[in-house]
Amino acid sequence: MTPAYTVHADFPPYLYDAYRATVRRAPKEPLVDVPRTLSELTGPGPAVSAASDEDADLTTNSGTGAPAAGERIIVTGRVVDDDGNPVSNGLIEVWQANAAGRYRHRHDQHHAPVDVNFIGFGRCLTDRHGIYRLTTIKPGAYPWQNHENAWRPAHIHFSLFGAALPSRLVTQMYFPGDPLMDLDPIFNSVPTAGARDRLIAKYAHDVTQPNWALGYRWDIVLRGSEATPFESPEHEHAVRR
Amino acid sequence: MTRYAPTPPQTVGPFFHGGLLRDGMNIMVSPRSAGERMRIEGQVLDGDGVPVTDAVVELWQADARGRYMHPLAAEGSARGGTARVRLSAGSDESVPAADGTFTGFGRCGTDDDGRYWFETIRPGAVPGPTGNQAPHVNVAVFARGLLHHLSTRLYFEDGAGTEDDPVLQRVPQERRGTMIAHRTGSGSTPTYRFDIVLQGPNETVFFNL
Repeated sequence: MTPAYTVHADFPPYLYDAYRATVRRAPKEPLVDVPRTLSELTGPGPAVSAASDEDADLTTNSGTGAPAAGERIIVTGRVVDDDGNPVSNGLIEVWQANAAGRYRHRHDQHHAPVDVNFIGFGRCLTDRHGIYRLTTIKPGAYPWQNHENAWRPAHIHFSLFGAALPSRLVTQMYFPGDPLMDLDPIFNSVPTAGARDRLIAKYAHDVTQPNWALGYRWDIVLRGSEATPFESPEHEHAVRR
Repeated sequence: MTRYAPTPPQTVGPFFHGGLLRDGMNIMVSPRSAGERMRIEGQVLDGDGVPVTDAVVELWQADARGRYMHPLAAEGSARGGTARVRLSAGSDESVPAADGTFTGFGRCGTDDDGRYWFETIRPGAVPGPTGNQAPHVNVAVFARGLLHHLSTRLYFEDGAGTEDDPVLQRVPQERRGTMIAHRTGSGSTPTYRFDIVLQGPNETVFFNL
């Protein structure tokens, strides 16, 4: 039995049989520890963020001049490092399916309508407090070929850099109460319930705009550059969010 | 100090192209960038040797003088583990900050043959805890089926100090070759080939970063 290597106790293993695509893509050799040299203590985050524009409203960024179809939502939250320091002026890239569960992508064969007014990607920068804010439409669930009658829960893909190379994060944000999460091997590849919960946004009525859009809050924690061993998952209830 | 629990990663999935890839992200040089031009290219392969056609490769490297475009580099020193890292160890204290026309970051999606390529410059030697590290490029790989991205380093077969590099020395000797890019072709611009094998007999060394 080859162990399923993982970088962090709360992170998914590379090999997770229920997610079939991992079987021929997960490395089988042990990961090699590296010291924290300047190469690891730095990272592209600051340089990339300085060169990137905001494009934070996915309901209007298609270029057609008409709004995207679907349930308009606002997603906001705070990005911090694992010491709780805000990650300011950081680039966030997002992409997602449209309201019907269809991506604007040549390989998406799902029989759901394309929305010509929704390209499904955008980006924003965190402010000096680490706060980001996106306007988009709620993505639909969609089927995939991993197993019989497999459906991905609604999700938005997020990509962030942070200050150092180990801070780099590509992940997915889920929506509260989605019954498909329990059935989803990608979501369930995260080994602990507490860590899975950190992938789920919370409905936030204070973010909801009257007669306009529902609000969700989702905070993100990026690993710092220090090679500090992390506390065990059993203690995660004591960890502040 | 309270440490905050990190947000776990998830796969990029197959539909990342619009969100992550914009024209020119794999051309890291501008006409004004200082240094020797080079091309880095290769193929991403799975455990069956099948090209991975939906991967993203990201590079992070120092400029021709060995400087990263990063606030830590601008400050002139950084803490690395218990060792104090001197950015300009053994070199000229008056060298300028990182070349402002070269961010050191690149990104490329693999094509229908699993191939990627970058136009960049040859990185300088980067200071390490004890003397310089051999010139190298930090590489990250994202793909459908990778629940967390993979990290490795690319060294040059003809790079100064590659044999003695302190990070490469930590890798079992029989696996070091998977981190060495080989010069190919005879054009005026050097081309280095660096295949990334996710799994199997020639599996690339990946880091617990």
